[in-house]
Amino acid sequence: MNLLNTEQWLGLATGILFGFLLQKGRVLRFDKQIGALLLQDMTILKFMLSSILVGMVGILGLSELGIITLSHKPMNVGAVLVGGTLFGAGWAVMGFCPGTSVGALGEGRWHALFAIAGMVVGAAIYAEIYPLLQTTVLTWQDYGKIGLPQALGLSTWLVVAAFWGVTLLLFLLFEKRGL
Amino acid sequence: MLLTSNDGGWSPYLAGALLGILAIVSVLATTQLLGKTTYLGASTTFVRAAGFLEQAVTERDLSENAYFTKTKIKVDWQFMLVVGIFFGAFISSVTDRSFRFEMVPPIWRKRFGPSIGKRAIGAFFGGIVAMIGARLADGCPSGHGLSGMMQLSVSGLVALVMFFVVGVLVAAFVYNRRSS
Repeated sequence: MNLLNTEQWLGLATGILFGFLLQKGRVLRFDKQIGALLLQDMTILKFMLSSILVGMVGILGLSELGIITLSHKPMNVGAVLVGGTLFGAGWAVMGFCPGTSVGALGEGRWHALFAIAGMVVGAAIYAEIYPLLQTTVLTWQDYGKIGLPQALGLSTWLVVAAFWGVTLLLFLLFEKRGL
Repeated sequence: MLLTSNDGGWSPYLAGALLGILAIVSVLATTQLLGKTTYLGASTTFVRAAGFLEQAVTERDLSENAYFTKTKIKVDWQFMLVVGIFFGAFISSVTDRSFRFEMVPPIWRKRFGPSIGKRAIGAFFGGIVAMIGARLADGCPSGHGLSGMMQLSVSGLVALVMFFVVGVLVAAFVYNRRSS
């Protein structure tokens, strides 16, 4: 099938499974996303944290075996703090994130179309202001592509164990409070 | 309970854990088949989509733009991943009958009323701000939140905390005010 190349077929197949699981977990909906931000319904956190718990063991293990390579995004202070703030604010009004907006459209939530249009415009604006950001916000401080174990000077598996412990306690709290 | 949710879906713990396995398999598959370890993400695709649209609508030569030089305009793995999310959600929702046409979601309606126009404006401008933030931070809840945390990246953790803390504050301000 020459319609798509291997890379594109692989992306499509992975995306279909990704979208299927997002929908089955019921995390695509505006009310689930905003429900979490209003601290009323922790479905999306349960979903995200469960995937992180499982995924981290496999990915860090495969990396230690030399089978895959990690690809940390840079810890650029201005980028992550200002960008994180803007994302959080926009997310709270939009009620979708980039990945879930497309899935929400797939399950019939058509107002996601406006969110997707806004995000495409936002991406175009970003491309225009990028040169300006390169000489301002992005120059503040860059700690580079670092991992948590490295930054803390601890063994990877100790950090993984601590993360599992804290997350499982959080899950218990969610269930106890009926969130 | 632990395997299903009360609305006919799967427990978020189960669906999430399966996504964790998918993330591991995907990292292995991209490494083996494409020769480069590639992680789940979504927001870069919006840059590429913007690039395609700008090229189609305007005659501008985008090769002069520093950001489009860095993020080449092409239909890559992640672009098709985002397309796939649409079809996966469609298949899942149609087969378990949770597919619903919705223009104004309940929480929004409670605060701002049934106006589709208001919802459209909120979604559109929220989308602009969120995407500028995601590109500046170099990731969204998929790239930073899932993939970053799975690798224990410092940037992933800080970004995810920022997303939620600011999101909680802004959501409280936007949705909890009494309607006058």
